[in-house]
Amino acid sequence: MLGLVVVGASWGGLQALGRVLSDLPREFDLPVVIAQHRHPGSQEGTLAQLLQKQIDRPVLEAEDKLRIEPRHVYVAPPDYHLLVERGFFALSVDDRVRYARPSIDVLFESAADAYGDGVIGIILTGANDDGARGLARIKELGGVALIQDPAAAVRRAMPDAAIAATVADAILPLEDIGLYVHELWVRSSGARETA
Amino acid sequence: MTSSVGAPREPAGTGERPPARDDLEEIELSLLLEGVYRQYGFDFREYAPASLRRRVWRRIHAEGLTTVSALQDKLLHDQACMERLLLDLSINVTAMFRDPTFYVAFRDKVVPALRTYPFTRIWVAGCSTGEEVYSLAILLQEEKLYDRTRIYATDINEAVLERARGGVFPLDKMREYTQNYIKAGGKQAFSEYYLAKYDGAQFQRSLTENVVFAQHNLVSDRSFNEFNVIICRNVMIYFDRTLQDRVHRLFYESLATFGVLGLGHKESIRFSPHEGGYEELDPSEKLYRRID
Repeated sequence: MLGLVVVGASWGGLQALGRVLSDLPREFDLPVVIAQHRHPGSQEGTLAQLLQKQIDRPVLEAEDKLRIEPRHVYVAPPDYHLLVERGFFALSVDDRVRYARPSIDVLFESAADAYGDGVIGIILTGANDDGARGLARIKELGGVALIQDPAAAVRRAMPDAAIAATVADAILPLEDIGLYVHELWVRSSGARETA
Repeated sequence: MTSSVGAPREPAGTGERPPARDDLEEIELSLLLEGVYRQYGFDFREYAPASLRRRVWRRIHAEGLTTVSALQDKLLHDQACMERLLLDLSINVTAMFRDPTFYVAFRDKVVPALRTYPFTRIWVAGCSTGEEVYSLAILLQEEKLYDRTRIYATDINEAVLERARGGVFPLDKMREYTQNYIKAGGKQAFSEYYLAKYDGAQFQRSLTENVVFAQHNLVSDRSFNEFNVIICRNVMIYFDRTLQDRVHRLFYESLATFGVLGLGHKESIRFSPHEGGYEELDPSEKLYRRID
């Protein structure tokens, strides 16, 4: 059963994230966790505030041991790695992974380890290869791997790297991702109700 | 559902993945931690699993191994390997004046209280390689409080304490640290505090004159004094909830009345049983004051 959506984005990510999140219908209640690369000096809370302006669901910057609630959107704080345990968050200030903190790989790998086949991982626009390994890990443990179509991404390096690293369940234009995720969720909850 | 989205494939079922691989890894990990505890006395059994697992796997790869069990075997028979893992598990990456706004708040809201005391004891718990200790010493010197302050800087790991005592930090960090120092309200030229040598920036000896570096294990050791300030930033994020609660109790019991506790920006006492024993001095900088 699906339990968590994780999203990784870098260059051009803010706009892409806004689009995907606002396409999620109101009844969609999976928590969404985001690692967006940011400048280490960026102001805390800013990304969450910017996203909050675009969508209805609550957007929070993750804190250590904070419980993961349905329908909420969480963003990794700047200059921390965000990790997922079963039902709550953990933070780390370990070294940058491939020059990034937060690292998308770190978030995705921990989500795969904690939620197994209940994870949907999404790689959006970006100018590096962070997230490719994490998405492969999600796929390896039975989760769903989605990648933004590189042809239309603001920067295609990150989607390209993800495509090279794993067999994606779907490679989609940005405007189809939200609805696709919603449909996966509908099917997963339907399966649960009829089981 | 719009048809343009196409029909999603069903998420892969549990039958498709290698069975129980991670349950097995969990067993291996807990055996390793138990072995480390019984053989060497270091207790990592209540560390937060997600980051612990990453750190252990980094060590597995660095040793040229492929399983947790193989690392366990090597650790138990080779003390040098254990020392390397101990470094992996206990070095907390930090920076001088990390989160400059914390130091601004410390100047504005903690320093005035410290001025009223004849003598101040500060505990920097989990000081790692000492960046925060030197930052704090600089701040206190500039506030003319250093001479009546003693800083107790502790860490579980003797090897990192040795580095902290040395006071040499990488030269290539000085630009970042200088910017942090300025944003933190620094009152001089940052370069006055160190001497650039070929192997790094050697910080002034006077900064550690009133610092006691000592080994202390937050997991198993007890309080050793009463403090006016305890700073423990981004250390407890590596602990699980049970251990966090215990360490919070240790801090609470170690603080004088009106003593100040400083945590990392993304940490909170909200979930701890001692929340009621504190008032918020600066909620966004995670400065709390013990009130009973």
